[in-house]
Amino acid sequence: MNIYKRSGKATLLLATGLAAAVSLTAGIANAADEVVMAVPTFLTGAGAPAFGVPARNGAELIIEAINKGTLPAPYDKSGKGLAGRQIKALIYDESGGGAKQVTEFRNKVQKQGVDLFVGYISSGTCAAITPVAEELKMLTIFPICGTPRIFEEINTKPKYVFRTMGHATADGVAEALYVKANMPNVKGYTGINQNYAWGQDSWRDFDLAMKQLMPSVPASEKAQWPKIFSGQYGAEISALMLSKEKLVHSSLWGGDLEAFIFQGSARGLFRKKQLLFSVADTSVYRLGKKAPAGAILGARGPYGIFAANVDTPLNNWFRKVYLDRYSVPPVGGSYQAAQGVLAAKYAYDKAAAANGGKFPSKDQVIAALEGATYQGIAAKVHMNRSNGHQAATKHMIGVLQWDKEKGEPIMTKVTEFAPDCVMPPSGINGTEWLKGGMKGAKC
Amino acid sequence: MQELIVILVDGLVFSSYLFMVAVGLTVIFGVMKILNVTHGSFYAFGAYMSATLIGAYYETDLPEFGGFLAIFAAALIIGVFFGVVLERCLLRFLYHRDEHIIVLATFAMFLVLEDVLLMIWGTDPYYAFEPMALLGSVDIVELTFDVYSLTLIGLAGVVCLGLWLGLTKTKWGKLLLAVIFDREISQAMGINVTVVFTATFVIGAIMGALGGAYIAPTISVSPGIGVEVIVLAFAVVVIGGMGSIPGALIGSLLVGISRAAAVHKFPEIELFVIYAIMALVLAIRPEGLFAPAQARKI
Repeated sequence: MNIYKRSGKATLLLATGLAAAVSLTAGIANAADEVVMAVPTFLTGAGAPAFGVPARNGAELIIEAINKGTLPAPYDKSGKGLAGRQIKALIYDESGGGAKQVTEFRNKVQKQGVDLFVGYISSGTCAAITPVAEELKMLTIFPICGTPRIFEEINTKPKYVFRTMGHATADGVAEALYVKANMPNVKGYTGINQNYAWGQDSWRDFDLAMKQLMPSVPASEKAQWPKIFSGQYGAEISALMLSKEKLVHSSLWGGDLEAFIFQGSARGLFRKKQLLFSVADTSVYRLGKKAPAGAILGARGPYGIFAANVDTPLNNWFRKVYLDRYSVPPVGGSYQAAQGVLAAKYAYDKAAAANGGKFPSKDQVIAALEGATYQGIAAKVHMNRSNGHQAATKHMIGVLQWDKEKGEPIMTKVTEFAPDCVMPPSGINGTEWLKGGMKGAKC
Repeated sequence: MQELIVILVDGLVFSSYLFMVAVGLTVIFGVMKILNVTHGSFYAFGAYMSATLIGAYYETDLPEFGGFLAIFAAALIIGVFFGVVLERCLLRFLYHRDEHIIVLATFAMFLVLEDVLLMIWGTDPYYAFEPMALLGSVDIVELTFDVYSLTLIGLAGVVCLGLWLGLTKTKWGKLLLAVIFDREISQAMGINVTVVFTATFVIGAIMGALGGAYIAPTISVSPGIGVEVIVLAFAVVVIGGMGSIPGALIGSLLVGISRAAAVHKFPEIELFVIYAIMALVLAIRPEGLFAPAQARKI
């Protein structure tokens, strides 16, 4: 009797478990007529305000427009969704470091049926994800992360991983070219960069480019290396003000950049030194008049404030709907994330067309994106590096000013650099290319 | 000579910042033997509340210097609220537990409060630069310093002096010292240890919140600021000796001036200075510079 009882209980338990499992599976089951796109980005932590949230906003807008089929030209005739299928976006937090994100990546692929990833901001996360994406054969598009190591060291023969913007080497070269053209009499340069991969790479590439372009101009031996997220720059500002070099290179971003600007402004740093900021576009709209007028600025390409006057239907639409919805203009991260999603749109639609209108396989989508040139929000994206997996875009550097009439920051004295001028050619490591005199650069 | 003076000034400013963020942590540990990871949240909430109140204040037509009151009001509001709520609703149930359990509990609260912070203020940064702009700048050895940062030295001095006088010259301070010395005997002698614990935790929380509130005008108040601070505060407290206020002072000065010297002379080692000092102190005197050595049961 007891046995039957136990057996009955066991059956009941098993049935309950199965029901729960079925229910759970149903909860994560994806419809056959949709494409599940994971969009990891910083939603918490220090990376959220400068990059993560603007990137999420940019991706969200584009995904919605793709699903509704309301994208302007040149995507106005491409129909709804990706090759006709609606995008189901899984936007989630990138915080927590590489190990956590790798676990999350596997979870999304193996348990949630994700079809592709468009995201990741941190270079560290991208470096950790690249081998796993290749191992799991998962189409992964990095729209933002900057380290050149992705395709130069970590995976030199990518199949599933793409990056849809230029890497840090392009920033350093564009900045050095700008300095050479606009500050020919500069006698030396120093820097303040966060002491981690991004800051070190940024300074190294700028320094190497300067050594090639202006070999007689020495770098300071006392460039500053504050800890990332330190927020306190009193001593560094003193050291910079005491240094004899006029030009100061900085790749600070987010809260660190803004704290540096507040503390530097209060001490007259920006009147005494010429600052060159690699990624300060993330903060200029928020800071408004507090942003240091006269500073040389980059946005890691033709994004954010540099796209303010790009008069195309796509860019005009993007800026308007972004401003209407979020009450701030889009910054670099917004453009870059949207550009990554557009890569998917372009590739799926192109692959479907080549497949006789049928929904394409993953390999067909990859083939469509490899080596392609497609229209980003503000500029053309040329996937012509690293076997067609690494993008090159034009680059822009200018001087920040405050427009009293418009009541907003604007870029002046802007110089545009061609993709083949600032990005190393295929098959050569960026550092070696810089040390070798940037052979093949078409400026 | 100019560089030496500048190193000293920079070092004192940074030391004051370190002292402000570390002193609350060490006060709580000294009395309650609690390694309070939530201290980072007090700092972050203090900074956010300060930025919010300063922003609201300067929307009005009230006198400009009144904005400074917002800083201290923010520290009091956050410190009293979180101090009382956390001590009464969480920690008092854990006093009889192993100290590791209490550390984990405060860490859990830290994570919860990080999310609460996001729920209240979101991910956008907050700015409160008016008080810093108001005080202007001053030249010292031909180099411009902002006066607001220099006032941090004065604030740290006042806090240090206040704590020292409070502990050594008042009846309340003597009760506190008695509890620090021996909790059980103090209780047996009739000291209300429960009240002492609550008051100590509130004072520690106010100190943490004041650190954040006072720093807010110099930074972009954004998510994650509490994480960095707790690491720094722990380093200073470990160097000075857990629970020692003079230790926190000397630890802050040691780290602050060494870091300023590194920034000016060897900037590439700046990152390691704090931790190098900590490793050195731990190797020579594991209990820290000012904490008395204690026998441990194995």
